[in-house]
Amino acid sequence: MIVLELVFYAFSLVLVFAAVSVITSRNPIYSVLFLVLAFFSAAGIWMLLEAEFLAIILVVVYVGAVMVLFLFVVMMLDINLVPFKEGFIRYLPVAVLVAFIMAVELLMVMWSRGRFGADMFPVPAPNPADYSNTRALGELLYTNYLLPFEVAGVILLVALIAAVALTLRTRPGIKTQDAGTQVRTRRDESVRLVKMKSEKPRSV
Amino acid sequence: MLTLAHFLTLGAILFSLSIAGIFINRKNLIILLMCIELMLLAVNMNFVAFSRFLGNLDGQVFVFFILTVAAAEAGIGLAILVVLFRKRQTINVAELDDLKG
Repeated sequence: MIVLELVFYAFSLVLVFAAVSVITSRNPIYSVLFLVLAFFSAAGIWMLLEAEFLAIILVVVYVGAVMVLFLFVVMMLDINLVPFKEGFIRYLPVAVLVAFIMAVELLMVMWSRGRFGADMFPVPAPNPADYSNTRALGELLYTNYLLPFEVAGVILLVALIAAVALTLRTRPGIKTQDAGTQVRTRRDESVRLVKMKSEKPRSV
Repeated sequence: MLTLAHFLTLGAILFSLSIAGIFINRKNLIILLMCIELMLLAVNMNFVAFSRFLGNLDGQVFVFFILTVAAAEAGIGLAILVVLFRKRQTINVAELDDLKG
């Protein structure tokens, strides 16, 4: 299937280009946008691997929620862009060296003696048309992995509360409603009875 | 023919790129967080590829959990970043040396 290979190489090229742009962009906003592009390409490659549910999750949850959160924070912080690239040239040689050595080592492991080639891992046949990846994943998730699934929910809840608690602040001098004080108020704090003589209408 | 090695190679290249990103973006904490996201993406790519070629869906369940934890990590990390910026007016890693590390 030459088409699949073409699609794979196209998405891979876009993915690698986006990753390079993420780490070299001058402006963090461009970095976030290139990361979105990287996630989209990765979702395409996961589609090739017939992991449709995760591909959609990657686009919906990751691009739709997490990257937008990144974008919010980047735009909210008023950071000074100029000094950020001071160490760029200084650290570039060591970064390229380390990344190159790591990549070469990993590729040596992968491609030597056909360890992960078609002989050891034969290419599986495509799933039949009525196969549902979401259904299969759901059946696994709600039986074998039920407890981890619940724990994942608790982790998300903890993260939610922690993020709110971390960024919550009370600024002085703001007139906000305090429900507790409102409820605690008693009658004699707000009502004052004044004794005075009754007024007579002025006779004409 | 697309073998497992193709997908693993893509994951390895992504991982190496994000390592390089952590080295060269020492001035910006946000890009460091993004590099971590990229790294997790590379790992997830390996999980999905192995899941496909071994005919075993457990790898995809694992990716599901990694995505969950990564989302929680990004949320808390960005919250800490915002608090840090509020206190110090900077997110430069080199200036965050209060602990004398």
